[in-house]
Amino acid sequence: MSRKGADIVIETLKEEGVDVIFGLPGGAIMEVYDALYRDGGIKHILARHEQGAGHMAEGYAKATGKVGVAMTTSGPGATNIVTPIADAYMDSVPMVVITGQVPTHMIGNDAFQEVDIVGITRPITKHNFLVRNIDELPLIIRKAFYIASTGRPGPVLVDIPKDITQQLSDVKIPSLEEVKKALPGYKPHTEGNIQQIKKAVKLIMEAKRPVLYVGGGAVNAEAQEELIELAELMKIPVATTTQGKGAFPENHPLALRMLGMHGTYYANMAVYNSDLLIAVGARFDDRVTGKIDEFAPDAKIIHIDIDPASISKNIIVDVPIVGDVKIVLRKLINELKRKGAKVTHPEEREKWLEQIEKWKKLHPLTYKNSKKVIKPQYVIEQIYEVTNGDAIIVPGVGQHQMWAAMFYKYSYPRQFLNSGGLGTMGFGLPAGIGAKIGRPEKEVFVIDGDGSFVMTMQEIITAVQYRVPVKVAIVNNAYLGMVRQWQELFYSKRYSEVDLSLQPDFVKLAEAMGAVGFRAEKPKEVREILEEAMKVEDRPVIMDFVVDREENVLPMVPPGKSYKDMILEDGRGAEAETMYLVG
Amino acid sequence: MADTVGGAEITVAKSPRLRQTRKGQVRKHIINVKVRNEIGVLARIATLIAGKGYNIESLSVGETHEPGISRMTIEVVGDDIVIDQVVKQLRKLIDTLKVRDITDVPHVERELVLVKVHTPTSRARDEVLRIVEIFRGKIVDVSPETYTIEVTGDEEKINAMLELLKPFGIKEMARTGKVAMRRELFIEEGNLE
Ligand SMILES: Cc1ncc(C[n+]2csc(CCOP(=O)(O)OP(=O)(O)O)c2C)c(N)n1
Repeated sequence: MSRKGADIVIETLKEEGVDVIFGLPGGAIMEVYDALYRDGGIKHILARHEQGAGHMAEGYAKATGKVGVAMTTSGPGATNIVTPIADAYMDSVPMVVITGQVPTHMIGNDAFQEVDIVGITRPITKHNFLVRNIDELPLIIRKAFYIASTGRPGPVLVDIPKDITQQLSDVKIPSLEEVKKALPGYKPHTEGNIQQIKKAVKLIMEAKRPVLYVGGGAVNAEAQEELIELAELMKIPVATTTQGKGAFPENHPLALRMLGMHGTYYANMAVYNSDLLIAVGARFDDRVTGKIDEFAPDAKIIHIDIDPASISKNIIVDVPIVGDVKIVLRKLINELKRKGAKVTHPEEREKWLEQIEKWKKLHPLTYKNSKKVIKPQYVIEQIYEVTNGDAIIVPGVGQHQMWAAMFYKYSYPRQFLNSGGLGTMGFGLPAGIGAKIGRPEKEVFVIDGDGSFVMTMQEIITAVQYRVPVKVAIVNNAYLGMVRQWQELFYSKRYSEVDLSLQPDFVKLAEAMGAVGFRAEKPKEVREILEEAMKVEDRPVIMDFVVDREENVLPMVPPGKSYKDMILEDGRGAEAETMYLVG
Repeated sequence: MADTVGGAEITVAKSPRLRQTRKGQVRKHIINVKVRNEIGVLARIATLIAGKGYNIESLSVGETHEPGISRMTIEVVGDDIVIDQVVKQLRKLIDTLKVRDITDVPHVERELVLVKVHTPTSRARDEVLRIVEIFRGKIVDVSPETYTIEVTGDEEKINAMLELLKPFGIKEMARTGKVAMRRELFIEEGNLE
């Protein structure tokens, strides 16, 4: 049956099970929007800026594990979505971006709204395509979904010239088998090498001071069950990255919570003193390792990851295991059990866990609360309480992001959705909208900074239009807070261009856009407005929490320093307490 | 020296194995890449290598005996550990079928050079002709003032010949960049020629 290229696009998307597209139309993509309208089978969310559409698709994908789909026109539409593409690439988010392109015969002519988006996004996509022929259109779209969602997930862009959306063809939609056959060079490893797994088992049983270091790969692989089983079977404490949050429940006795620059004292001390580090779906980001020569200096390292290129990239590891984290952990557990899951040095293991308990007691995550001014950490704690620890939390980027990571406890995967790799301010609100659309049964809280919020705040209108009841808590310190903190600590308080005291009235802004607005200026108002906000079910709520301006995120490992140079929650150095450590 | 952490004995002496951090030997690497001949594949590979901060010394591409499949020989100078990263990243590209760093395996390397030499006198012509013969080159074009010479060989041979031709005055030169292939059996190169 002959139909237009645009109809083929919609037909193929439906074949892939797409139920929602985030986007904004324009000349080059108009045919596809017309087909979307005529078909009526896929919901479309009209963002107010393509960056918003991209982050919404990311939020949807991060919250559900499904592929997020975004669509824009050519030229400025396409360049506006570059940031979310880079963001998705860094955080391994499965996403397909469809862009319109000028007609084939105009490509390369500097035509109106032409940009070489395939060239621009080459280094920030897992793969990208320019469609040259209508008959390859369905195969390319199916390839895009297959590539985006398998192996180490990532964004894939499909650029479709306008004439191709207008031409007619009777091409059939290829089967998955045909798609795989058309990708002979693409074969993700999933199984894990059994010899390496055996080596890992030996190291795990012999270790005296093991630690699990868990990243986003464990979330993508849905490996929570295996992680809990392994940790409990061998009594191994577990630290996670921001991407790995929720892969291991943070209220579990073996949880060390977050490691790295703003990790807990006990997670960092445990990693620093470990003699075996088992990295699971993590990539040794510099925000995690700090000074690399002093990262876990005494430890042997096992690294399990689906991406062979992630292994030994920053740090040479002892036992590399390439494979799907869930599958490898399952095999590892089976192998451990086959060997009796014995610990060679049970007494030392016991002492290790005792030592960690001591560290937990010595420096728990705390802050000094106040009756006069609202402390940002207090806001997060109250959000934790009113949501019973069950909400999906989506932060922007800055201090508030770290407080949200520290003072809310995460218990399930895909519960903390943040821009971890690229650190994109403006991610929070649109990603939160996407997450709520993907998981409407969950309470979704965007915890944003006043700086981050204004970067994409126009998407409030989108949330109002589609009645998406996201809750937005702005931790308003009237500063680009995280930059101010660095200026305070490392630039003798020279506060260069971080003052945001002139901001819109967020309550009026919310109301002007059709949302509900609240403000809290005193600690006792925090709980009140949160409870009010929880009652709103048909539109977004914007809460402006006016907080202590100069509060810092602590503990902190200064950039480029090692864990033992940590600044503690009271501002003192950790040196005094770490004399008995390795090295 | 030893100390304890929570009762467990640990070494306090300088950490036994300081983490190796992306520091390896810097040298020339020859990477073979088999690719599907898709649009943009060359750009993708070049972008990837450039993105890691490496300069491509030479790159040659051509079709193989299999339809739709090309082979590239890439020469890059860099740190062993980072080149290993580059190889792994190249393997991840969707259109690459096989990537192999053949630097440390026995392999054959060849390059073709066209060089136009200034030969206005008969004496110069005689001498250049002799050099060309010694290096098994060919004269492929002649004019009253110049010889254009074609020569194939490995880097050493080509450089040696160019060195000898330099005093005559090189007017133009074009090199293809290397092509390289792993040897099936280890036979010393001299025996083959
Ligand atoms: C798009 C973008 N621009 C700049 C930065 C650098 N940056 C990191 S944190 C930060 C300040 C964030 O301020 P705000 O959103 O108000 O959060 P706060 O730190 O005050 O909680 C800046 C400017 C960034 N991460 N992203």
